[in-house]
Amino acid sequence: MTTDPMTFALFLPLFGAMAVFLLPRASVAIGLASVAATCGAVLFLARDVLAKGEVMTALGGWEAPLGIALRADGLSVTMLSMTCAVGLLVSLGALDSFKGTGQMRTRQYFWPLWLLLLTGMNGVYLGTDIFNLYVMIEVIALAAVGLTVLSGTRAALRAGLEYMYASILGALLFLLGVGFVYLHVGRLDLAGLIEAEPSGALSAALALMVVGLMLKTALFPLHFWLPAAHANATAPASALLSGLVVKAALYIFLRLTMYMPLLDEIMVTSMGVLGACAVLWGGVQALRAERLKLLVAWSTVVQIGLIFIAFAHAGPPGLHESWKVAALLILAHGVAKAAMFMAAGRIRAELGHDIIRDLDRAPVRPTLAQFTFALAAISIIGLPPSLGFIGKWSLLEGAMSSGYWHWVVVTMIGTLLSVAYFSRVFAGFLRFDRMRNPVAEHQGWALADLPPLTLALAAIGLGLVAAPVLSFIELGYPFGAAP
Amino acid sequence: MTPVPLTDFPLLPLFILLTSLLVAPILFALPESAARLRTGINLGMAALKVALVAWLAVKVSEGVIYDLRFTMLPGLEFKLQADPLAILFVSLSAILWLITTVYSVGYLEHGPHRARFFGFFSLCVAATVGIAMAGNLFTFLIFYELLTLATYPLVIHHGTAEALRAGRIYLIYTLTGGLVLLLGTLGLWVLAGTTDFIPGGVLDNVAAERPRAAQLLFVVLVGAVGVKAALVPFHAWLPVAMVAPAPVSALLHAVAVVKAGAFGIMRVVYEIFGIETAQALGMTAPLAAMAAITILYGSMRAITQDDIKKRLAYSTVSQVSYITLGVALASPIAAIGALGHLIHQGLMKITMFMAAGNLAEGLGVKKVSQMDGVGRAMPGTMLAFTLAALAMIGLPPLAGFVSKWYLAQGGLDAGAAWVIALLLGSSLLNAVYFLPMLHRAWFRDGTRAKETPKRPRIGWMLAAPPITTALMVLAVGGFANAPFSPLEWTRFVVAIAYREQSQ
Repeated sequence: MTTDPMTFALFLPLFGAMAVFLLPRASVAIGLASVAATCGAVLFLARDVLAKGEVMTALGGWEAPLGIALRADGLSVTMLSMTCAVGLLVSLGALDSFKGTGQMRTRQYFWPLWLLLLTGMNGVYLGTDIFNLYVMIEVIALAAVGLTVLSGTRAALRAGLEYMYASILGALLFLLGVGFVYLHVGRLDLAGLIEAEPSGALSAALALMVVGLMLKTALFPLHFWLPAAHANATAPASALLSGLVVKAALYIFLRLTMYMPLLDEIMVTSMGVLGACAVLWGGVQALRAERLKLLVAWSTVVQIGLIFIAFAHAGPPGLHESWKVAALLILAHGVAKAAMFMAAGRIRAELGHDIIRDLDRAPVRPTLAQFTFALAAISIIGLPPSLGFIGKWSLLEGAMSSGYWHWVVVTMIGTLLSVAYFSRVFAGFLRFDRMRNPVAEHQGWALADLPPLTLALAAIGLGLVAAPVLSFIELGYPFGAAP
Repeated sequence: MTPVPLTDFPLLPLFILLTSLLVAPILFALPESAARLRTGINLGMAALKVALVAWLAVKVSEGVIYDLRFTMLPGLEFKLQADPLAILFVSLSAILWLITTVYSVGYLEHGPHRARFFGFFSLCVAATVGIAMAGNLFTFLIFYELLTLATYPLVIHHGTAEALRAGRIYLIYTLTGGLVLLLGTLGLWVLAGTTDFIPGGVLDNVAAERPRAAQLLFVVLVGAVGVKAALVPFHAWLPVAMVAPAPVSALLHAVAVVKAGAFGIMRVVYEIFGIETAQALGMTAPLAAMAAITILYGSMRAITQDDIKKRLAYSTVSQVSYITLGVALASPIAAIGALGHLIHQGLMKITMFMAAGNLAEGLGVKKVSQMDGVGRAMPGTMLAFTLAALAMIGLPPLAGFVSKWYLAQGGLDAGAAWVIALLLGSSLLNAVYFLPMLHRAWFRDGTRAKETPKRPRIGWMLAAPPITTALMVLAVGGFANAPFSPLEWTRFVVAIAYREQSQ
């Protein structure tokens, strides 16, 4: 057995998942310990990457192309850190959400599913061949669908079913692409793909994989499953699904654009166009959403669109730069959206509902959760000095310097839309003349507000340290930029 | 290079920023009932800030250079500096913050949500200080947006439908302005490769090679900060925002939002473009025209308002544009008038808003038509109001006269004699909308005065602040040439902005 941190990052959550399944009584302790231990492994890995730039290991000593190789560089460790840190805080927040006696069953299933999900996510970020990536996204899909239906309501079940169909279809398309690649190139590892001759068949395979990933990451018009699924899950599950799960498919997409140098102008531009549609359509839908969590879910659709605009904004010659912008936006959205969903869950728990129109009727105002929601919104809208702002700044800077004014316009409109739909919520928080009873003395503060608040503050604060974050992402030259 | 005295305490600007930035979370966390502790923290911090700013001002006048920076993105820095222009604005906000804090404590003594109010109040002042000391447009942008976000909860403090409507309009205007500023900052960064504020500007080369792009950038940047400066046609949010509590209105009009816009125009014209480049691009004349239109339009609209605070708001629209006018005239003498007016208008307007707040608190008077006889009921407050109103009209030797005097001279200096006509016309309009208020207050026996024969007791925390600021209006006008008066400091600033030209 190797003592490599990558192996630990992969197997700790897996063994944890098995353990909580076998010992449901100790699920909270084992679950939290597994997530915390995985965080530790990722920290060790980050130290290695900081020292060496790029770390490779072969599972069980079997080298690629036969065995399974794991590889970590700045980008993958950034994704791993985001997953573990956000995951740990969501886990802490979940302690309170599932406290009641009626929640026994929920708690029993939450921990194994979440740890399985963590295994899948870590596998994606460390994987080096596309078949393993396929296996991992199937693991993620399985766990994610389970998390969606965790609340057991009728709406959640229906949304979960839809999500499952979309997920299976996406995975099948991806697998089909993987099959074509294998037929054509005879290898499945990413390193082998870079040496492959560009050809029509390879392009077709890539297209299949990309469509599968688009379905999984919910890019317009393949986003149909997302709002219902994310809005109806329980709050910690929504935070994980929206903050983390959609990022796995985005990450694979990001890697593929590098290893398959076949992205032509038309394809990149059409990605951007779809992203623009997502920003506009998602924005309009968020304006019309009646429930808080549905609004937050639509804002995820918008943000995914924005990330695809970031891919497209500089065109093929600029891809060496634009991936960094996409990575920044992924990071910003992951942290802020998890905070926002948990805050929305807290507001719902205190008020007993999350209908936006009636937010201002409640005599209870969960001040800290509302504040957290507002902080997360600042990052998602892209106001300074948050990480979302830095991402948006970089996106606009790239688009402006390459003269792509249309992306600038779309981003601006998207920003205004996001201000419009979030200010609906703020107005609900701050209006006081529609209450039937005077504001209660208890303002709904609780220990459970701390994890989302920490995440929201991180989303703002990370903007101030964007320069070191950026230089860390570039470690090991994930996209082969010249040293 | 002349030798620069070493800074004994280089982090001083950061400390001044943090006095109000760090106190905000503490104020948020304090329970609603801890009123004494909150007041103590508020006043203590405000006083500490005044002391630190005084220290900073002395150091800067000795020639010490403060420059704090750290990298946020490759090549892009968060930068705080303390140049004389920054000192001018920081001192204004520090002193008026102290006075407004006293006033707010009195005003909101038993109101709801005091923890929230004072938290955002602190954030608002932190943002203003950040705007003043921002060393580049990027840092300016960060605090400019923070100011928008921090003032929104203050504007809608009452939580009524009307307040929320005003808040929405305020957000639409200022956040759109902020987005345009973001675009402009990006444009500057892409065109010039720097966003630093440097006397004489950073766009000489760009203006020579791509004059069209530079002109567009000027329009975008000035338009963006013009929203907060309430330049017509971007002024509509200001009269609507009047639903805010009186101390917020006072702060909004005198120190924070409108002033941030006017200050932004100064930074953009003097230190991004440089006055000569701006003139060469042919952009100063349209800006002056825009300011002139705003001055007349604001005054004209003020005449017909019956709501006291609305009348004062339109008056602000008009008065703040004196600053823009002084900048746009591109003459050093006019610039002295503009910078002086930055301070003078702040003192005059804060007096009037606090007085208006006292009228509403003490007598329930909110409209001009109800003002009959209020002078006898609240003599102290109305004396302060009268002094400020006369200063606004431009009666010598009060503060407003000094500004107008320099602006008029600057107009002549710049060869724009129409400025004198404009100033006379504007003073006339000021008289038309202020004198009837004074006449009603002092010379008419109102029914209201008979109903409330006893003088209302409003407490020293409400009564003292407007009187203090009114005395300051008297002092800065009367002792305009004394050392360390705002006007003297202004000369120091203008000498820097126009250094290039005089060489």
